[in-house]
Amino acid sequence: MKRTITIALSGNPNSGKTTLFNAITGARQHIANYPGVTVEKKSGKIIHKGHEILVVDLPGTYSLTAYSLEEIVTRDFLINERPDVVVDIVDASNLDRNLYLAVQFRELGVPLIIALNMMDMAERRGIKVDHRILSQLFKVPVIPMVARSNKGVHELLDAIIETSAEDRTWNAEIISYGSDIDHGISEIEEIIRGARDFDPRYPSKWLALKCLEGDDQILKFIQGKPEIQPKIEPICHKISKHIQSTLEEEPEAIIADHRYGYIAGITKKAVRRKIESRLNFSDQLDKILTNRILGPTIMMLILYGIYVFTFWGSEAPVEWFGCFFTWMKENVSSMIPEGNLQSLIVSGIIDGVGGVFGFIPVIMFMFFAIAILEDSGYMARMAYMLDRVLRWFGLHGNSVIALLVSGGISGGCAVPGVMATRTLRDPKERIATLLVVPFMNCGAKLPVFLMLIAAFFSENEARMMFLFTMISWVLALFAAKLLRATVLRGPKTPFVMELPPYRAPTIKGICIHTWERTWQYMKKAGTVILGISIILWAMMTFPRLNEQQARFYEDQRLNTQKTFLSLSNVNGIIPDLPTLNRFDELYDLYRQSIKDYGPVPETLMKNPLYPVFNTLFPDQDVGRTHDGVKKDLATVTDLYLEYRNTMNLISAQEQQAALKATIAGWIGQTLEGITRTIGFDYRTNIALVGGFAAKEIILSTLGTAYSLGEVAPEESGTLSSRLARDPDWNPLKAFVLILFTMLYVPCFVTVISIKKESSWRWALFSMGFNLILAYLVSFIIYQTGKTLGIGI
Amino acid sequence: MKKVIRMREMSDNQKGIIMKITTNGEMSRRMREMGLVHGTSILIMGRAPLKDPVAVKINDYTLTLRNNEADHIMVEVDA
Ligand SMILES: Nc1nc2c(ncn2[C@@H]2O[C@H](COP(=O)(O)OP(=O)(O)OP(=O)(O)O)[C@@H](O)[C@H]2O)c(=O)[nH]1
Ligand SMILES: [Mg+2]
Repeated sequence: MKRTITIALSGNPNSGKTTLFNAITGARQHIANYPGVTVEKKSGKIIHKGHEILVVDLPGTYSLTAYSLEEIVTRDFLINERPDVVVDIVDASNLDRNLYLAVQFRELGVPLIIALNMMDMAERRGIKVDHRILSQLFKVPVIPMVARSNKGVHELLDAIIETSAEDRTWNAEIISYGSDIDHGISEIEEIIRGARDFDPRYPSKWLALKCLEGDDQILKFIQGKPEIQPKIEPICHKISKHIQSTLEEEPEAIIADHRYGYIAGITKKAVRRKIESRLNFSDQLDKILTNRILGPTIMMLILYGIYVFTFWGSEAPVEWFGCFFTWMKENVSSMIPEGNLQSLIVSGIIDGVGGVFGFIPVIMFMFFAIAILEDSGYMARMAYMLDRVLRWFGLHGNSVIALLVSGGISGGCAVPGVMATRTLRDPKERIATLLVVPFMNCGAKLPVFLMLIAAFFSENEARMMFLFTMISWVLALFAAKLLRATVLRGPKTPFVMELPPYRAPTIKGICIHTWERTWQYMKKAGTVILGISIILWAMMTFPRLNEQQARFYEDQRLNTQKTFLSLSNVNGIIPDLPTLNRFDELYDLYRQSIKDYGPVPETLMKNPLYPVFNTLFPDQDVGRTHDGVKKDLATVTDLYLEYRNTMNLISAQEQQAALKATIAGWIGQTLEGITRTIGFDYRTNIALVGGFAAKEIILSTLGTAYSLGEVAPEESGTLSSRLARDPDWNPLKAFVLILFTMLYVPCFVTVISIKKESSWRWALFSMGFNLILAYLVSFIIYQTGKTLGIGI
Repeated sequence: MKKVIRMREMSDNQKGIIMKITTNGEMSRRMREMGLVHGTSILIMGRAPLKDPVAVKINDYTLTLRNNEADHIMVEVDA
């Protein structure tokens, strides 16, 4: 086997690097018609004509200065890894600007091949590029190609093998930048050459050029060489001053001008335009899609469309997932005896992981929609149209998608929202968006809101819901502004951005893209999320009631049963404990069937418990007995329901006591001191602690904590009506709880996603920041309301 | 007659040639690498609904920049 050839794919953003990478390696890389999608570098291997070729996909960059992350990644890779060949993917329909980077590759001296991509596009626009002339003048191999349809890939690989065989040393080929600078370059180069043991990785000519260009990274590097630094600095200074006084420009600008001049000289010969550049299809489409009135209207419709598509489309699959996990829980419950193990598997693992997997359909649908926006080029237009508004808050036009998906129209999910921030390029804007996205009203918070609204604001439910949606937007945007003014403060990054031409997205591209992102999400569920689910489960379960407490409730139950059985009316029909247990079982089954299939028509019912009696005593035909027995049955029925009521009350009390005894319960009670100031007692606190696992848990835990024993759901009244009757509760408290739920710590799946998209530091920060903000807002509202007597 | 104005002052669909970039540092660098350099002919494609940013066509591609960035680009236009 011959040695492995390493090649680097580089080029302007959106020039087709990833498409070419996929065409070469067959790998599934994410392709998008949005500048700057590939940020990390990725690699893949292939064999061509017996040569093993390692292909590295580098992030798109416009230049080789060292100012943005992608430029540094590219440059460091080239200098440190020294690939055998650099393939510069050049957009043929846009040659001048694309060659600006190619010139810089030549200055660095890397073995270069130009892949002249998008030849189809250029042709359609009436631009004819003669690759032979281009190759002659530019003095590098030029391979024309259409990466999207695999054209030219073979020729490119041949050229790669040929070039790599030449085994050239890096040979910096600089052009002329005007006599002043040219002179400076040779002066500095001589100094560098004269220095002993100089770092051989850097070509000296290139270093000289970068010194004059004022490249931070290189100047710092030179500063570490006391042997030469004092000689170089005065030269740079002198030239810079001279140029500024004569040309009123910085050397950097002059150097750029000469590069463009050089390129223009080449393209004049190599490019022929059949049609004078006129408005093309994309431009005409933009006249409509970014029109002052039509533009925003269409954008609103599209945004709304994404939202509807994501949540309506995923509704059925989400339900299937739900059914699947319920089915699994039922199976496990019947296979493993009741106890800690069953509880761990059912409530800890299945509920936890099931919760995470339940999001998968939502995420897939959302990424599908976003993929279309990205690949078609519309996303960049959205950023363009919304920039003015969102800039004020320190966000980016594209932040709107993340906010919307997270629940901007109420109902949504912060997890895909957090993942949608990937389309933002500037790290500070991205993190600010990440951090405020959880304030939106996701689908899991809604039931809590609806329950509280139904209890305390039932006169104008819709208006309240709207109000809370507005509040979440306002708070999210202002929180972003606050973050951008403090921890995420930074100079405004220039917005100069490309509006890529509209392109029809390919099905393959969209599917790859959707799957890749979904898969990344799924992988998490196996590891961190499983661990945290188990911890949260343990917190809500342990320590259990001690033996004495447990016996107390058990004794109460036994006593109740004994009393019931000893009643003279009862013991003729239900003589002993086993029969009673069987009766209970049948009653539960019957209740379940009513839940599942609806109530039995009253005319068929001779007695509320008729089906139970009938099953238990089939030979006695309970319905058709003498009047006396019938009457007896009626009394027994009443007594039985009363007995069940008492039993349920005992269980509810036990559950409440058990919850109070757990770690979560302990936390809830400990926090009461603080949360009293915003009106929450320990029961609400426990619910909120549980809500960290998933916001849905707030509702179910409140249900347990405020449970009065479930008799028949039709009679006992919902949690909502119970809270409405509770003297401890009032509209103010409900309002504050809604606000708190809206703002406090995101659920842990979201926290993990934030970590995944940024770092643990920001994930922890988001927990702290959101908690403090939630508390402050709640405190102000609660105390103001209490003082002014509003809502109490 | 020709005159030199700021890019911000140009009207939609107006053509011009870039004369000078009056800023330095990161912003000017970014402009240069995106092709906004002396001698480039440009066409104002339009403005976002809130009049900012502005979309500019350069040869075969379209760039968007904010008004405060367009302020630094001096353009020669027909008077
Ligand atoms: N017409 C045409 N379109 C192409 C060709 N090659 C790629 N594209 C499209 O160009 C767009 C950008 O492709 P990518 O491969 O994501 O570009 P990239 O260079 O990796 O972009 P970044 O990672 O953002 O720097 C996609 O919509 C591709 O489908 C081609 O040869 N012809
Ligand atoms: Mg890419």
